[in-house]
Amino acid sequence: MDILVLLQLIVSSSLMYAAPLIFTALGGTFSERSGVVNIGLEGIMVMGAFMSAVFNLLMFDTFGGLTPWLGLLAGGLIGVLFSLIHAVATINLRADHIVSGTVINLAAPALAVFLTKIIFDAAQTGPLARSFGRSNILGLQNIPVIGPIFFENTSGPAYLGILVAGIAWVVLFKTRFGLRLRSVGEHPQAAETLGINVLRFKYYGVMISGLLGGIGGAIQAQAIHNEFGILTVAGQGFIAMAAMIFGKWNPLGAMGAAVFFGFAQSLSRVGSYIPVIQDIPNIWLQVLPYLLTILILVGLIGRSEAPKKLGITYIKGN
Amino acid sequence: MVQSEKVIEMIGITKKFGEFKANDNIHLDVKKGEIHALLGENGAGKSTLMNMLSGLLTPTSGQIRVNGQDVSISSPNVANDLGIGMVHQHFMLVEKFSVTENIVLGKEEHRFGFMDKDTANKQVQELSDRYGLSVDPKKLVENITVGMQQRVEILKTLYRGADILIFDEPTGVLTPQEIQELMSIMRKLVSEGKSIILITHKLDEIKQVADRCTVIRRGKSIDTVNVRETSQQELADMMVGRSVSFTVDKKPAEPKEAVLKVENLTVKESRGYDAVKNVSFEVKAGEVLGIAGVDGNGQSQLISAITGLMKSASGKITLNGKNITNKKPRMITESGLGHIPEDRHKFGLVLPMTLEENIALQTYYQKPFSNHGFLNYKEIKSYAKKLIEEFDVRTPSEVHSASSLSGGNQQKAIIAREIARDPDFLIAAQPTRGLDVGAIEYIHKRLVEQRDKGRAVLLMSYELDEIMNVSDRIAVMYDGRIIAVVDAKETTEQELGLLMAGVDKNRASAETVTAE
Ligand SMILES: Nc1ncnc2c1ncn2[C@@H]1O[C@H](COP(=O)(O)OP(=O)(O)O)[C@@H](O)[C@H]1O
Ligand SMILES: [Mg+2]
Repeated sequence: MDILVLLQLIVSSSLMYAAPLIFTALGGTFSERSGVVNIGLEGIMVMGAFMSAVFNLLMFDTFGGLTPWLGLLAGGLIGVLFSLIHAVATINLRADHIVSGTVINLAAPALAVFLTKIIFDAAQTGPLARSFGRSNILGLQNIPVIGPIFFENTSGPAYLGILVAGIAWVVLFKTRFGLRLRSVGEHPQAAETLGINVLRFKYYGVMISGLLGGIGGAIQAQAIHNEFGILTVAGQGFIAMAAMIFGKWNPLGAMGAAVFFGFAQSLSRVGSYIPVIQDIPNIWLQVLPYLLTILILVGLIGRSEAPKKLGITYIKGN
Repeated sequence: MVQSEKVIEMIGITKKFGEFKANDNIHLDVKKGEIHALLGENGAGKSTLMNMLSGLLTPTSGQIRVNGQDVSISSPNVANDLGIGMVHQHFMLVEKFSVTENIVLGKEEHRFGFMDKDTANKQVQELSDRYGLSVDPKKLVENITVGMQQRVEILKTLYRGADILIFDEPTGVLTPQEIQELMSIMRKLVSEGKSIILITHKLDEIKQVADRCTVIRRGKSIDTVNVRETSQQELADMMVGRSVSFTVDKKPAEPKEAVLKVENLTVKESRGYDAVKNVSFEVKAGEVLGIAGVDGNGQSQLISAITGLMKSASGKITLNGKNITNKKPRMITESGLGHIPEDRHKFGLVLPMTLEENIALQTYYQKPFSNHGFLNYKEIKSYAKKLIEEFDVRTPSEVHSASSLSGGNQQKAIIAREIARDPDFLIAAQPTRGLDVGAIEYIHKRLVEQRDKGRAVLLMSYELDEIMNVSDRIAVMYDGRIIAVVDAKETTEQELGLLMAGVDKNRASAETVTAE
């Protein structure tokens, strides 16, 4: 195969797989920066995927080509709703963050499949009305050599994710909102003594994670699987959390790590075209992203880059 | 005259936590331009009272007036608007933020929500110059000294325009030089027209800077006095509620056989260098051996090696005739060791666990506290209650978490646990760090009492007063070695000071003699 064509295949397929991870990892970053662990992102992605699939099928007649993009919003909104459960449980009711997240992860797939069954009378929605497909990015595909590799026939949502990562970085590190959000995850007492409403900022963090996690799920359904079923998300939420940790809770780092995981996931699809890798049994390539996730989580968790009061419930006046 | 204007009046303030009255009908007034000390033992309710001024807590009953106006300080923002700022006992700083970010947080300079770093840095620099509080605006807080961290805390209040500054035990973490600097900063602030409330239990600091002093005891305000007209002894007695003595009464020691023997002990630090170098000594039954020295000369490692928390590289440690070198801590404990550790939060207590569980921490696996692996909470509770009573640990209940106790009471709980097991050999490392005179007196008494019962006691402290007061013999450590052992009755503060600086014994004695 022509080297250019091969590179384009690898890049576009890596980006396609990376897109949901980018959004969800960014979501996790906001939540954890405010001090709330959100392993419920897996469940939130499931709800986002489900909602966008339903929206895609039911609203295509109304919205036509815009449907998948609006589907992202639908997924994001249901994500916010679901994240509110986590917010109330952990912030107000002082539940353990891991327990609350696990409940969401158990409840979301059950609920989503149950509703799918009611609406579509099957365990899957079946093919969507309009998936994202592939697009050229802002005319950049006309740049010689790198244009075709990076910007031709590639994943629109991934580029949106890269843009959002940049915005997220600015918000976290360059704005008043970001400073306050981070202060709440690092030292909530200090924030409180300076008149910052700690609980409100934790809500913001969790709700942003719901929005972005829901969008991540919506991309998973509309850009990769082209349907919703129980296997649509299958661990992507956890991989996104690994990307967030690998990226040191920094939006740009999380985005980079998500692209790396996207590449790892794409290997099982495009590996057969790449010399050396094509000799590795496919099963190993399929397992690789999960293996990497486990290794990264085991190796890097609890490092000093984590927000200092991560996972610790804040009680006023203590 | 401006001097008599009252900026703060707290009238009949009561604060209850559940049924427990942390503040009980407290009266306090602060005049403009004065340094007003708030004196009280650990747990007397000083921080609680001040947290109501800074808006972190609200009173159960009582009235607060600021500049003559009735106010209700329902949040830190209200306090801020009233010009009240507090430097908290435990620094409220985000370590990963810069000095400037910490100072402006919550009241940031911004353009359309975007941080305006340059303006903020400039403002902080100006404020720092104006009050002589030197800080490095761009440095991360985790990389600056404790003294500078405190100046950052002060700048935080000044940045918000505070006129009334509350300092909650500001000197506990400072070096002597930093304490002197802080004192002159406080004087400078009042000369600029600010008013200061200084919380402390250190009498000499009050004598040094305060104009008036309000004494609080067990949640009640006892009296407000003019500092110039009141002696340290009077202040101490008022604070504790009885006559306290600054020196320990004790009869001559009657040392008997050696209980602990350390022979040629060497301990390596994790980074590979020798922290303890070929040290030999013994502690006899019926004596207190003091270990003096400047922090960081191997004292901590010596104790860690004896207690089994650190490996010995070479040498031999014998307790009650048993070789305990490099044995497990539990085996050493069971051979007759009691240990009051230097860091009570890290090694003395499990802070989130209840007081009764902490008290059972050394014996929980034995009968009657445990039966076939099951804990008998009834026994644990009644044992804990007995010790709480006997050792006067002030706590709302035995099932409160250890973290909710004041430092002095945490220390009493540890001492209760260790002494109640009646160990033949007791190690007390920095047993009174951060405590008030009442608690210090109590702890010293308990240590001497163990000695008089014929137990061996090892006291490690960086405080010369403490070492000279309580010990019978004093070993001075310098650079990992014991460079001299002197008789506590015969040595002087000056001689010890020289020894601690590494001057050898003959010269130290000679210099002391000529100096006299
Ligand atoms: N949030 C709280 N809940 C329950 N008890 C508390 C709380 N805060 C303080 N206390 C108790 O109130 C008493 C006074 O505490 P504090 O004001 O911190 O004392 P001080 O500052 O004088 O050392 C202590 O016995 C402490 O255990
Ligand atoms: Mg206090």
